[in-house]
Amino acid sequence: MTLQTDYIGKPTSRVDGPAKVTGTAKYAAEYNVPNLLYGYVVSSPIAKGKITKIDAAPVLALPGVQQVFSHENVPHYALLDRSYKDQIAPGGSPFRPLHDAEIKYSLQPVALVVADTFELARYAASILHIEYEEAAHETELSQHIDEAYEPGRGKAGYQPPKSRGNFGKGWKEGVAHMEAQYSHHAQHHNPMEMFATTVEWLGDKNLNIYDKTQGAFNSQLLVTKVFGLSKDQARVISKYTGGGFGSGLRPQYQLLLAVMASLQLERSVRVSLTREQMFSFGHRAETLQHVALATAADGSLTGINHFAVAETSQFEDFTENVVGWSGMLYNCKNVELGYRLAKGDIYTPLDMRAPGAASGSIALEIAMDEMAYAAGLDPLEFRLRNYSDIDQAQDLPYSSKALRKCYHEGAAKFGWEQRTPEPGSMRDGNLLVGWGMGGGVWDASKMPATVKASLDADGHLTVSSGTNEIGTGTYTIMTQIAAESMGLPIEAVTFVLGDTTLPQSPIQGGSWTAASVGNSVVEACTKLGEALLKQAQKMDHPAFKDAKIDDVQFANGQMRLRADDTQAVVLRDVVQASGEPKIDAENSTVLAKLEMLKPPRYSMHAHNAVFVEVKVDPELMTVHVTRVVNAVAAGRIINPKTARSQVLGSVVWGLGMALMEESVMDHRFGRYMNHSLAEYHVPVNADIHDIDVVFVSEEDDKVNPLGIKGLGEVGLLGVAAAVANAIYHATGKRVRDMPITIDKLL
Amino acid sequence: MNSFTFTQAAAVAGAVQDKAAHEGSAYIGGGTNLVDLMKENVARPTHLIGLKKLGLDTIETLPDGGLRLGALASNADTAWHPEVEKRYPLLNQAILAGASPQLRNMATDGGNLMQRTRCYYFYDLATPCNKREPGSGCSAIGGYNRVCGILGTSDSCIATHPSDMCVALAALDTTVRVSGPNGERTIKFEDFHRLPGDHPERDNTLEPGELITGLDLPEKGFAKNFSYLKLRDRTSYAFALVSVAAALELDGNTIKDARLALGGVAHKPWRDKEAEAMLIGQPATADTFRRVAAKVLANAKGYGENTFKIELAKRAIVRALKQATEMKQEVDTNAFLNSNP
Ligand SMILES: Cc1cc2nc3c(=O)[nH]c(=O)nc-3n(C[C@H](O)[C@H](O)[C@H](O)COP(=O)(O)OP(=O)(O)OC[C@H]3O[C@@H](n4cnc5c(N)ncnc54)[C@H](O)[C@@H]3O)c2cc1C
Ligand code: SF4
Repeated sequence: MTLQTDYIGKPTSRVDGPAKVTGTAKYAAEYNVPNLLYGYVVSSPIAKGKITKIDAAPVLALPGVQQVFSHENVPHYALLDRSYKDQIAPGGSPFRPLHDAEIKYSLQPVALVVADTFELARYAASILHIEYEEAAHETELSQHIDEAYEPGRGKAGYQPPKSRGNFGKGWKEGVAHMEAQYSHHAQHHNPMEMFATTVEWLGDKNLNIYDKTQGAFNSQLLVTKVFGLSKDQARVISKYTGGGFGSGLRPQYQLLLAVMASLQLERSVRVSLTREQMFSFGHRAETLQHVALATAADGSLTGINHFAVAETSQFEDFTENVVGWSGMLYNCKNVELGYRLAKGDIYTPLDMRAPGAASGSIALEIAMDEMAYAAGLDPLEFRLRNYSDIDQAQDLPYSSKALRKCYHEGAAKFGWEQRTPEPGSMRDGNLLVGWGMGGGVWDASKMPATVKASLDADGHLTVSSGTNEIGTGTYTIMTQIAAESMGLPIEAVTFVLGDTTLPQSPIQGGSWTAASVGNSVVEACTKLGEALLKQAQKMDHPAFKDAKIDDVQFANGQMRLRADDTQAVVLRDVVQASGEPKIDAENSTVLAKLEMLKPPRYSMHAHNAVFVEVKVDPELMTVHVTRVVNAVAAGRIINPKTARSQVLGSVVWGLGMALMEESVMDHRFGRYMNHSLAEYHVPVNADIHDIDVVFVSEEDDKVNPLGIKGLGEVGLLGVAAAVANAIYHATGKRVRDMPITIDKLL
Repeated sequence: MNSFTFTQAAAVAGAVQDKAAHEGSAYIGGGTNLVDLMKENVARPTHLIGLKKLGLDTIETLPDGGLRLGALASNADTAWHPEVEKRYPLLNQAILAGASPQLRNMATDGGNLMQRTRCYYFYDLATPCNKREPGSGCSAIGGYNRVCGILGTSDSCIATHPSDMCVALAALDTTVRVSGPNGERTIKFEDFHRLPGDHPERDNTLEPGELITGLDLPEKGFAKNFSYLKLRDRTSYAFALVSVAAALELDGNTIKDARLALGGVAHKPWRDKEAEAMLIGQPATADTFRRVAAKVLANAKGYGENTFKIELAKRAIVRALKQATEMKQEVDTNAFLNSNP
């Protein structure tokens, strides 16, 4: 079946927009099931040690307090680490909440107070007396570089970086060189919606679990394994997620606590975390990085060396691809890459928007700027001279790569050719003007996903899959794809997601949802089309008698012959004629699963190039990012409107990374200190000026049938580095430690 | 947060009595600071006395030409009051540089004076803090003290008073009107907030049970030459790293009268009268401003993370005085805000 371009590629407003702005969209903590109890988590004030005493009696004596749960009374439901591993758990031994007296990190949950009201639970938690025996903790990454080690492959999808050629030789061959250290601090995802789980007790261990997550099936998997429940007993529902950014990829501890309390008390229970407690689980790992580059006289790279040390917890090896991209983005024979972990008394880091790449691209893209200066080349020209036409890391051709277009179209839009290279050479009145650039590369992945399509006798199409909507526009683009596939008006289509009773989909992450679920929507609709054709053939329609699925097309609510579109049948009539209330079809994931086992024939990636203007006050050193152009090559853009929002959000995120965002740890306490949105700074409206998003055309029939590469993450790459590079261009100051706050420029 | 009782006071005398009658009670204005502190268990009042029905939300011209701000007037209404905009634009600018529109709509003028420090440790019960728990120690010293003070600090506390509005009020010679168990009295603004010394738990010189009823601005508002410059980690919705309220009276290029106060650097809005005296009679030039800036910061002490504030404050003083002289906002963050479409 060929697709018409009715909805795909057209800017389409969010189908869930009205529900969101009218407040009818319900989030996990908003399901007010009857007889609900409220749990409030008590967090550890120390980073390491032991709980020696919990005095629950005074709290239990408060009327309305139902129970105080702690390691003293929570049964050990599961024994093996395996049972606590969710779909994307890294290697190691997952943290088990309220398991024993040991404190592994500051803000670790140590007790759950359950009461009749939220207010009472919160108050009771505040007076619960707990005694600790403190032990010496270690949280400072820079103090542990010597102990850093090469991690195993415990985390699904993690590949240790591969070196090639001989960097030492390449370094010697070079006529110009650069070498520097880069760093950035931990960051917490801090989505607007606080983590919460509402468990509805339906009797006999049957639970409806409303969870804040990026993967309903992942939450279900963990709950069934830990508590020994069947999938039927543990239905997980997650219709809306108020921002994910990776924080909901792993189920968080409030899920386990809420389910535990519900099973123990045989009641419905809600547990919501506070903003402070958002700092009690995964975060973007702090990294310390080292980059060395060398170039020949013509500006071509003769050697690339990129080494990173990242923090992880004592109990799990969180790995991400920080340095691997440095072996891909530019053409170079001699590449040496290294990635190590150092343990600290912190919680395990977690994927956060463009995990690894966002961190690595800060170092690589600032280093490229430094190298361009050392080689006496314009930073854009330098990148063009080192353009890589194939993926040298895998030694594979790209399925498509329109990065060159990103460079050219982005630069043209920005006016890059007006740039004078000397730092401090451009001015706007009294202000220093700086122009900087960067860019990056990100995986175009696709995972097996199941989708069901169902047309009812009123002609309404319901398409469903247990994927999640984290604000990216999943509801909308799936509706577009389904409407176009079945030739139905968008109003006649509903996409349903976020429920483990629906067909299984992967977690919402890795920028793969559009490709994974989107292509499966097409497959399911094709199946549905076949079923409809079969049914039509039973009806008195001589024209369709010998037609194959490829002979028909779906448009305007009809199925019609391609050869003669006056030969048509209304879809609604087909369903009605079947005598059934609806006709269903589901795609098969067998082929998609097989494909994942085969070695890849192409390297499949999205790219971007970003151009940034800053204005800096030469005395006060205040920085304002006045202009950004982000040119993105991400295959086919299903919905330019929601896609643009994704990239706008990425740019804002990148500006925050560059200028203000960091989780500040006081290592004496091993504790993040700025745990509120007043002090954990992300950009506000007043920080944001012109942002121009350019989607360069990139047709790709190899990546997947729809040609989608996904763009939840690629837009972030290089943004922070481009800001840093622009600041250098404005001021001559090279800051290599993010964020670039005013004190680093004075 | 603990449970508490609440009464909406109808008259000042009643409010003061109610306060005296309830140990552990607190007045509540807009609640934008107090309620946060209660949620974090930093404040645990058992009884709250609402002030919004006291009729103290008016702004009136005084017979001597000054202006009286009711303690319960909102920060927003105060900033946008025609008399404030016209006669005390420094105050207008300072208020608008603070918090966010939503917060300014809720926050009251009395509450603004009484807001507590934003020192991270003060908010986190897991860490020692002399201001929260006298005698427990000061975590900011030797810790993350980027937001802390560099002037008038003590070994027990280096916190700052976070207000923007108060910096302008200090510069403008405001008088604080209070009512308490012993009747009414007035407090000069410079005497209202205190330095931490050995008692950082005390932010100000209010006696127990005293209620702020109003703020009297004198007639002189420095409406011709003024600048409120606020430097912070993002353009809005962040507390000042350093802020400067500068006001000048000029005769040609000669300074006839001057006011200079700093925010974000001390336990109180830091008005420096000696610096003001140094300005008077001098030409309004960068040279003069630099000398004055050096004087203001001469006794400043950095604590590591916040040492940059010494240099930043010097540059901010020079810039604020220059802006006040030329009445051209160069690039302060507010200018950027206003140019933002
Ligand atoms: C996220 C955030 C950002 C902010 N950013 C800034 C900023 O950038 N700049 C800035 O200046 N401010 C900022 N603020 C602080 C804000 O200005 C104060 O919270 C506000 O002014 C307090 O006023 P209120 O009426 O809400 O006080 P409340 O919270 O009601 O009370 C604060 C204290 O004052 C006492 N009190 C209130 N009224 C009286 C009275 N009449 N007499 C005696 N005692 C009284 C209360 O008992 C309490 O102890 C910010 C606040 C928040 C939450
Ligand atoms: S500076 Fe003051 S408020 Fe901050 S920790 Fe020290 S005593 Fe507490």
